[in-house]
Amino acid sequence: MFGFFGKRTVGAAVISAQFVFVGSAVAQDAPPVEDIVEKTNCVAYYAGRDGRAQVSMTITDDQGRTRSRRMSILRRDATSGERELSGCRDQKYYVYFHRPTDVRGTVLTVWKHSSQEDDRWLYLPALDLVKRVAAGDKRTSFVGSHFFYEDISGRNITEDEHELVEAGANYYVIKGRPADPESVEFKHYVIWIHRSTFIPVKVEFFDAQDRLYRIYQATKVETVQGRPTVVESRMEDRVRGGNTTLRFSRVQYDLGIGNEIFDERFLRNPPRDLLR
Amino acid sequence: MNKLFCVRKLLATPLAVCAVLLPTQGAAEGPPLPAGLAPADIGEPALPTGMGEVAAPAAGEAGAADDAAGKPGLLRFWDTRLGVRTQDDDLVDDDFTLVETRLRLEYQREWEQAEFVLKSDLLFDALADDRGIDIEKREGWLQLREAKLGLQPHSKVDIALGRQVLTWGTGDLIFINDLFPKDFNSFFIGRAEEYLKSPVDALRVSGFFDLFNIDLVYSPRFDSNLYLDTQRLSFFGSPGDTTLPVDAPDDWFSDDEFYLRAYRRSGSWELALYGYDGFWKGPKGFDINRQVYLFPRLAVYGVSARGPLAGGIFNVEYGYYDSKDMGLHGSDHAPPSEQRLLLGYQRELARELTLGLQYYVTHIEDYGDYQDDRLPGLPDRDRNRHMVTARLSKLLMNQDLRLSLFAFVSPSDKDGYLRPQLHYKLDDRRSVEVGANVFFGEDDDTFFGQLSDNTNIYTAFRSDY
Repeated sequence: MFGFFGKRTVGAAVISAQFVFVGSAVAQDAPPVEDIVEKTNCVAYYAGRDGRAQVSMTITDDQGRTRSRRMSILRRDATSGERELSGCRDQKYYVYFHRPTDVRGTVLTVWKHSSQEDDRWLYLPALDLVKRVAAGDKRTSFVGSHFFYEDISGRNITEDEHELVEAGANYYVIKGRPADPESVEFKHYVIWIHRSTFIPVKVEFFDAQDRLYRIYQATKVETVQGRPTVVESRMEDRVRGGNTTLRFSRVQYDLGIGNEIFDERFLRNPPRDLLR
Repeated sequence: MNKLFCVRKLLATPLAVCAVLLPTQGAAEGPPLPAGLAPADIGEPALPTGMGEVAAPAAGEAGAADDAAGKPGLLRFWDTRLGVRTQDDDLVDDDFTLVETRLRLEYQREWEQAEFVLKSDLLFDALADDRGIDIEKREGWLQLREAKLGLQPHSKVDIALGRQVLTWGTGDLIFINDLFPKDFNSFFIGRAEEYLKSPVDALRVSGFFDLFNIDLVYSPRFDSNLYLDTQRLSFFGSPGDTTLPVDAPDDWFSDDEFYLRAYRRSGSWELALYGYDGFWKGPKGFDINRQVYLFPRLAVYGVSARGPLAGGIFNVEYGYYDSKDMGLHGSDHAPPSEQRLLLGYQRELARELTLGLQYYVTHIEDYGDYQDDRLPGLPDRDRNRHMVTARLSKLLMNQDLRLSLFAFVSPSDKDGYLRPQLHYKLDDRRSVEVGANVFFGEDDDTFFGQLSDNTNIYTAFRSDY
């Protein structure tokens, strides 16, 4: 699984170092919640050692107006020789914007760390400027879409507590709560994880009034190099209205993307072969 | 082609992995939920397309990409701007500071280990007296923004030859070790921010090594900062509607410049060393006999560091400006050497609200000598010039609306500059901008104080292609 946007959010939501295990009585044929979470983590985050995709994004606002974004994304996981924490290795992302045209050539790189704040750089080609971007509130919109910044750079795995509430024919249903409720806008969420593939299919976010206000849904899955991969997903804002659809194409894993791709050199000189 | 590729990939897929996708219907329903643990109204979402079906994955789909980006055309953007000063200025005839429309044309060609980039503006500037083209001075109706050949002769070496825009250093609109030419004229009258950086005609060689990376830039002929346009802006000593008499170094290969940067990362921190050998970028010297402004020799040595601190980004940058001919030599006068230090910090204050703060000090070396040698007509500078900047920016309306304010204030010079901006994206293509350049100061010989009659407001419409 490619594990970029929506799936990553969802994946992130599932993972926790503080598993609250109240699900044992729920589903006798279900594995322990830790195992589900681990497996989902693997599927959602670490498909292959690296990957790439073309991403197109359609943002529809509450009045039906649309905006589109198009980008190429590269991902690389730290190898065992590099920094590694159990099941939660550091990763690097390279996001090259094709559209809208006023930001064509802009590059965002994210060095995602499991044990500290992520590092982010933004390259603005018109000024040849490499800007450092403060980590900031990760639950703000990514490029004006309904997906949050955290949906790309990942949610810290220690931030939620989880419980398995149901193991149905198709899904494990898990409820997540933030360890620090002040840090996020949701009170809890419910996530449906597909049993055989461990793909998170749907997430419903509830606010302080227990109102369902944000819904993620994986709408299309394909198998790429043997890995089930979400190639279309959607995030909907029930309160303000509007939604964003993400489509992944040209997904590929294990290309042997080098570590240096995520350095300043390739901000200035994008690796065109990989971005096509 | 994509389809073929996927089919081939599928054939290579081990059966065991395919089995993962076999339907789950065979699995028994889990035991009934104990009452109260899950809300009764949680319905299961429908399976997404391609999941839980008996079918093998749809081969063509993953590869049936919508085209990555399409081939960009020649026309990149069309930008139209209008600016007007908000007060009368005796030294400048026109009330307008900006009346222009420009088309940006771009062409790019790639080969295996090389690429060529051409960026050029077709400009209609209603305020320009002379629209004749001068590529070297960056004037006229055709302006060459970039024309460079990029090569990769070795896996660890990149080369760029030709006209290019270059930037380095850690400051936000404050440049200590970035000695590449600037166009403050464009900046102060409200052109798009990219025009603050004037291109360099140079050879850049970049090497990438385990211990550090290095950039060496050689410009065979001196590129100064672009002058303030005396038809639009008035400043200390500006002679109204004639141009400043200057004698700039312009001999090929002897009046040349070297720029150097060595940099590396250390964890999340970015460290850099800088060097420059060339000339003061502005007309800071004066020839008393000939009554012309000069660009005396200058070398700069500096360091910088940038990294995360307390949820934000901290940066520090230092530069020693070694004025090679400082003081009075014969009839030539050159400015003193300086030390420059910048401290900066930026972080998010609230959702989509960011604050950046900087403190910047310029310290004159050998201040006694400076005062003894100072020419009567030149500004009398303090030993230390302190400046504080703040950048506040807020995104609204799904990030279509950006409000920002950049403020420069110097408590020692008692002057400052405010740069409020409103930028609104009408759709994916079109945007409008309204902004102002507000200068204030007690004295007319300080950097911003001298510009205090030039406060202007402007508006812009831009369409991207």
